[in-house]
Amino acid sequence: MNLKTLSMSVLLTAVALCCASALAAPAPDAKTEPLKVGFVYVSPIGDAGWTFQHDQARLAIEKKFGNKIQTKYIESVPEGADAERVIRDLAQNGYKLIFTTSFGFMNPTLKVANQYPKNYFEHATGFKTAKNMGFYNARFYEGRYLAGIIAGKMTKTNVAGYVASYPIPEVVMGINAFTRGMRSVNPNAQVKVVWVNSWYDPGREREAADTLVSQGADILTHHSDSTAVVQAAEAKKVYAIAYHSDMSKYAPHAQLAAVTHHWENYYTGVVQSALDGTWKPDRVWGGIKGGFIDVGPINPVVPAAVVALVNTAKADIASGKLHPFVGPMRDNEGKERLAPGQTISDEALLKMDYYVEGVQGKLPTK
Amino acid sequence: MMLRLEPRPEPSRLAVWLSPLVALLATLAIGAAIFAWLGFDPKNALAVFFIKPINSWYGVSELLLKAAPLMLIANGLALGFRANVWNIGAEGQLILGALGATGIALAFDGVEARWLLPLMLICGTVCGIAWAAIPAFLRTRFRANEILTSLMLVYVAGYLLSFLIHGPWRDPEGYNFPQSILFSASALLPTVGAEGRLNISIFFALGVALLCWLFVKKSWLGFQMRVAGLAPTAALYAGIPANRSVWLGLLAGGGCAGLAGACEVTGPLGQLTASVSPGYGFAAIIVAFVGRLHPIGIVFASLLLSLLYLGGEAAQIQLGLPSAITGLFQGALLFLLLGADVFIRYRLRFVFSRLASSDVTPSPEPAPPTLPASHH
Repeated sequence: MNLKTLSMSVLLTAVALCCASALAAPAPDAKTEPLKVGFVYVSPIGDAGWTFQHDQARLAIEKKFGNKIQTKYIESVPEGADAERVIRDLAQNGYKLIFTTSFGFMNPTLKVANQYPKNYFEHATGFKTAKNMGFYNARFYEGRYLAGIIAGKMTKTNVAGYVASYPIPEVVMGINAFTRGMRSVNPNAQVKVVWVNSWYDPGREREAADTLVSQGADILTHHSDSTAVVQAAEAKKVYAIAYHSDMSKYAPHAQLAAVTHHWENYYTGVVQSALDGTWKPDRVWGGIKGGFIDVGPINPVVPAAVVALVNTAKADIASGKLHPFVGPMRDNEGKERLAPGQTISDEALLKMDYYVEGVQGKLPTK
Repeated sequence: MMLRLEPRPEPSRLAVWLSPLVALLATLAIGAAIFAWLGFDPKNALAVFFIKPINSWYGVSELLLKAAPLMLIANGLALGFRANVWNIGAEGQLILGALGATGIALAFDGVEARWLLPLMLICGTVCGIAWAAIPAFLRTRFRANEILTSLMLVYVAGYLLSFLIHGPWRDPEGYNFPQSILFSASALLPTVGAEGRLNISIFFALGVALLCWLFVKKSWLGFQMRVAGLAPTAALYAGIPANRSVWLGLLAGGGCAGLAGACEVTGPLGQLTASVSPGYGFAAIIVAFVGRLHPIGIVFASLLLSLLYLGGEAAQIQLGLPSAITGLFQGALLFLLLGADVFIRYRLRFVFSRLASSDVTPSPEPAPPTLPASHH
């Protein structure tokens, strides 16, 4: 082979390689371009809590759909004027499907949804919808009821302490479901509530927890975002039921169980329908049945009989045989709220503004 | 060779202007280094952070929307700060402003009238002034430290907002969520420009900046307040009433913060929510000092701080950087600015060791503790 043919063959090979690579790797066209999915979080992800659970679901869909999707999150977005800009920036940057995971994002999401009719918007825990905006939420109260059963069986003082954030229906129905779960196995049980007026304030949550213990509570639970309450329980040697996430690494002895949120199933379904082009705005309120809610790892100190009781109740709630709010049900001022045999409507649940029998004190908004 | 910091006989005017520039450049350099270390092309990352957010009218309008409350509050606060009146409670005065405006909006819901919006803004401003009058009264009457009283009143204002928004002012159709009804069209600030949500609050902010400049530079009262701030004893000797500075300083800050709060609910929010402000009242304190308590400086400082927020969001969306990057830039900027400010009153001198050893004047510093052993 002389020099000329050698250089010729090199040239030919190079040309062939170029052609081959051009064929093998087509430019990313509309069909193969991944679906861009954006998440707007109200707090930092951290390692436990509300936003952490949403991010777990984001990671899960990323793993499941691989290079078919591309996800992005914006954390610590304040509920206010800034949220609208962040949501719009995502829409503008080609994020076709956008999850906004806090109640305060509802009106900003709606405004942006109206401006970007071709994008899909999913808002968590609100109540407004549009042609391209759906909402989703979980029946957290179902998990609360199950946790209440454990608390009712494990308490010795018959008093549980509840550290609560804001007196909105979601929180109030959690307190009520927990109380009804407790009293379903322990009719003498009482629940004391301390409001901290914040979703995340470890200092105040801790103080509230200490106050509740000094008032006789031997089981603590919380509707707030930090691990302060379960840590307080661990320090005070009382039991705790964690919320949002499994917090057993912060309270290995104190945590009896955790009421945990799971958005993976729902997000998977939404992404699949967006990929298929069948996405429609929906109003979803899933519970144990849809895999939205679970009662996490149950501490070995809980007797097997109690675990069995919880599992039965869980199966019954999933099958619709059991509902945490079935009459007769009175509020804590003695007024009848549900007649015997009557099941509460979703509408009434979403407007719940009273404590049921067994909760001590008055709702701060009344 | 040694470095020595020497006081200047006169504060350097050049350094006054150079210091913010040097601080900004150094912040950019540190930012570039961090981006490079994180594996991003520093040039591209800095462009995403500082240029991309404002390369369109929409971006600029968002920047101005964010800067307007900061500009407004910081200018009000600076009037007091110059007179050594430390109003730390602008966040509370802002909340009261939002409440004042909302009260009017709810009282006249459904009324479509031209006077509604001005009334809301005035009511908000007055509420802010009233809230700031409490620490002013406590300071002038009982000599209570206004730093503490104004700060504590922020929490009181927060609880007042919380009570109203979870109670009487809650939207009856809103499933008990803590937010008011959406305001009617005549209760909203007119927007500026064809697209976006920038509203006329930016003109209020610029107007207030101009008024502050005129007040400080041209008015007798403004001069008296400056004297009271620079030399309190001299002011007292000259018969300048100290209490008037306190009242004026606090009420100006309260009024501006109240107006800013009213502009938030009548502007981008369009309703009262549980979280009216992402801490504008506190951020404005930083803005006031970055802007050297000067109206023009404050205008630029508020734009810069807003750009840092917007850039932080852009960096999250486009580069996937954590939100902490915004705080990092803010911190670096403030730190470097304070560092650079040293050179207004001091200068750095290079002292060469050979010269220093033959220097006849005794060194003011005590000898290092390791040396004496060899001397004896």
